[in-house]
Amino acid sequence: MKLTVKYFASIREALGQGSETMDTASTDLSALRDELIARGGPYSQALARGKAVRVALDQVMSEESAALREGCEVAFFPPVTGG
Amino acid sequence: MTARVCIQGGDFDLSAEVAALRLADKRVGAVCAFVGTVRDQNVAPTLAAGAAALPPEGALPPRGGPSAAAPILSMELEHYPGMTEKAIEAMIDEAHRRFDIYAARVIHRVGLLQPLDQIVMVAVTAAHRGESFKACEFLMDYLKTQAPFWKKEQTPEGARWVDARVTDDAALARWGIEKPNT
Repeated sequence: MKLTVKYFASIREALGQGSETMDTASTDLSALRDELIARGGPYSQALARGKAVRVALDQVMSEESAALREGCEVAFFPPVTGG
Repeated sequence: MTARVCIQGGDFDLSAEVAALRLADKRVGAVCAFVGTVRDQNVAPTLAAGAAALPPEGALPPRGGPSAAAPILSMELEHYPGMTEKAIEAMIDEAHRRFDIYAARVIHRVGLLQPLDQIVMVAVTAAHRGESFKACEFLMDYLKTQAPFWKKEQTPEGARWVDARVTDDAALARWGIEKPNT
C-alpha cells in the first residue's frame, strides 16, 4: 500500500529528508520501522531498536502495533521537547 | 471566538490574551495563566517528591556534542504542522472533561527564539481558582510530553537537540496518564 512517511528533528537531520512516499508490504507501524531500518545507513541508526523513537499515525501518537491503512500518514520522531 | 490553539512565530501579549479569553463572560471568577520563557542555561528541574531518581544532569553528555553547561545563545523550535494543533486541541478537550473550566487557550511559538523570549502560554478561565490552577498545570504537563515540538539549542560549542526529561513523564503521570515520552 502507498503511504507518506514524515521525519522530524534529529531523525529528519540524520536521514537528510523530512518526508517521503512509500509503497510498502508492511501492515503495521512496527513492521514499517523494521523495513526502514533494513535500508541500512542512517536509517538503521536513526530508527534503531532500543532508541527512543515515537511514532504518529495520521497525526495521532500511536503504539507500534497500530495497523497501517492505504494513504495514511506515518511520522517518526524523537521524544518531544516543547513547552 | 478566538481559536483555542495558536502556533505562531511572533510574540504574544499576555494581557491582551487574558482579556480576550475572559471577554464579557460574567461567570468567570478566576483566570490562571502560565508563560514559559527561554532560559540561557539547560538546567535540570528539582525532582518532585516521588519522581524517579535521575543521574546528575550532564553525567552523560552526547558524544562530541556541547556540554550540558554550555550557555544557550538561541533556540530553534520545530513542530509537526497539523498534528501539533490537533494534539493540543485534544488536550484542551480533556481539560474540559476533567475540570470545571470555561475557556482555555494555548499559544506556542516556533522558529528562532532567544533567551528571555516568551515561548508558550496556557491560560484558563473558571468560576473558582482551584479548577483554573489545576487545568493550567494539567495542560502544561500534557503539552510537555505529548505535543510534537522539538528544541534545538545553539551554544558556543555547537548545536544540540534538547533531551526529553523523565521528570516531565512523572509530571503527567500524576494526572493518571501513562504516556511516557522518554
